[in-house]
Amino acid sequence: MAEWIKACEADDVDEEDVIRFDHGSRTFAIYRSPDDEYFATDGLCTHEKVHLANGLVMDDIIECPKHNGRFNYKTGAAKGAPVCVNLKTYPVKLEAGAVMIQID
Amino acid sequence: MVIVGAGECGARAAFALREQGYQGSVTLIGEELHLPYERPPLSKEAMASEADPAAKIVTDLRKLADARIILMSGARVVRLDRQAHDVHLDNGASIPYAKLLLATGASPRRLPGLPESSRCVTLRTFDDALAIRRHLAAGVRVAIVGGGFIGLELAASARRRGCPVTLIEAQPRILMRGVPAEIAAVVHAEHERQGVCIVCGQGIASIAEAGETIEIALAGGERIAADLCIIGIGAVPNTGLAEEAGLAIDNGIAVDARLRSSDPDIFAAGDCCSFPLAVYGGRRVRLEAWRNAQEQGGLAARNMLGQDEPHATVPWFWSDQYQLGLQIAGLSDEGRDTVRREVGPDAFILFHLAGDGRLVAASGIGTGTAVARDIRIAEMLIARRASPSREALAAPETRLKALLAA
Ligand SMILES: Cc1cc2nc3c(=O)[nH]c(=O)nc-3n(C[C@H](O)[C@H](O)[C@H](O)COP(=O)(O)OP(=O)(O)OC[C@H]3O[C@@H](n4cnc5c(N)ncnc54)[C@H](O)[C@@H]3O)c2cc1C
Ligand code: FES
Repeated sequence: MAEWIKACEADDVDEEDVIRFDHGSRTFAIYRSPDDEYFATDGLCTHEKVHLANGLVMDDIIECPKHNGRFNYKTGAAKGAPVCVNLKTYPVKLEAGAVMIQID
Repeated sequence: MVIVGAGECGARAAFALREQGYQGSVTLIGEELHLPYERPPLSKEAMASEADPAAKIVTDLRKLADARIILMSGARVVRLDRQAHDVHLDNGASIPYAKLLLATGASPRRLPGLPESSRCVTLRTFDDALAIRRHLAAGVRVAIVGGGFIGLELAASARRRGCPVTLIEAQPRILMRGVPAEIAAVVHAEHERQGVCIVCGQGIASIAEAGETIEIALAGGERIAADLCIIGIGAVPNTGLAEEAGLAIDNGIAVDARLRSSDPDIFAAGDCCSFPLAVYGGRRVRLEAWRNAQEQGGLAARNMLGQDEPHATVPWFWSDQYQLGLQIAGLSDEGRDTVRREVGPDAFILFHLAGDGRLVAASGIGTGTAVARDIRIAEMLIARRASPSREALAAPETRLKALLAA
């Protein structure tokens, strides 16, 4: 069942950056775009399951810290070798200064 | 369009031709019997895992068919005929080309005088990896000749499998080529902590097989007995075809910034070629790095289609050993001077500066991917030929990303 959970405070993420959020046995990556919108994806790269939170965010791209695989974090789309499987994305909303994500 | 060598570079080039909208025929010829696969895991997970690994393929038959790429596996090109514009296979067939890409990679350098033995091996292919794995089990004594990346990664993997490991390096320290001493020291210390016996500054006098044992005699007189001996003393570019066809060779198939060889219809890319590196004023280099093979595959494809695009990127390399992740952007020997930046408790980066203060390379080591982001930003600064202040580079509280905006 889908539920909304609090991931972090809005200020916890710098602009054009990413942080890690763990929930139970799952792990997510929470992004803040250069135009100040928030996004959420699965935390682990689809290539070798490395956490993306050490990666570099540029515009709407997150680059995996391990082998520079790239994803569009807004859509989850894989952007070329070595990643070929898309990243799962999650709905996000801001509520009273907190970043909320909807997980299933 | 014909591509010789179905490694990562050749495979990338084949798909890139289609991505560019090329409609004609694309033939990818590879000597190995596997679909194109990733080599980096061969010395890492594929070796360290208890369970038998599968090759990490980079494409499948479906994708090849959808892109109308003809893959000829298990086929070796034995001759190029530049006059007739065709390549000859070991089965007698010949295939015509309009443009040809040589992506033949490299082969392990051999030590002269080695015994013919399944216990004395090198690592380049998936089949090599399986052959090595067959020997690895707890207690099996492993000797590794060569303290470069492949030797060290193999040492780490063999330790994971419970093997006693001795690593022999002829140079005064490990990772002499391309890695600063300060970082090599961290790698060395970790291997010793993990129980690898490292012997530096010792050449090999002889290697011989005696029954089930490989006997290694060092130049200094010491003897090492092993059940398996892996030679990891670097790789030599596969230039045979090009040489016989009379193409220019210079530590690899010599190509220009557009990856064109001395024959305008023949290109070369990846581990087999040497090319001028624009970021260092055209210094000729040959790289053995995964990302370079990918990038050059794409670049060669575009130039084969007439795009006239010069190579412009900065070299980038990673290695994983135990929990340590090492990443290098640029070539550190371009630097005259270094600035150190701490990245958390057990990770640091060395920024290499040229005499005029320009940032020319960055080498980092730490747990997992701790140094990745800063190395990536450094790579972009290097590409821009930036000269950031030493204070900003050294101070952990300055965000490197801010330097990009400057
Ligand atoms: C064990 C190992 C670990 C590595 N780890 C890392 C790492 O951690 N980080 C990193 O950046 N890089 C790493 N690399 C380097 C990286 O894998 C190479 O740079 C990359 O594979 C080069 O790709 P390539 O396509 O140019 O050559 P290759 O991958 O060597 O492919 C060339 C192919 O051409 C075929 N071929 C050659 N001649 C002929 C012929 N005449 N006819 C038909 N086929 C032919 C060969 O059989 C081969 O399959 C590693 C390499 C190895 C071997
Ligand atoms: S683990 Fe992310 S690109 Fe390889």
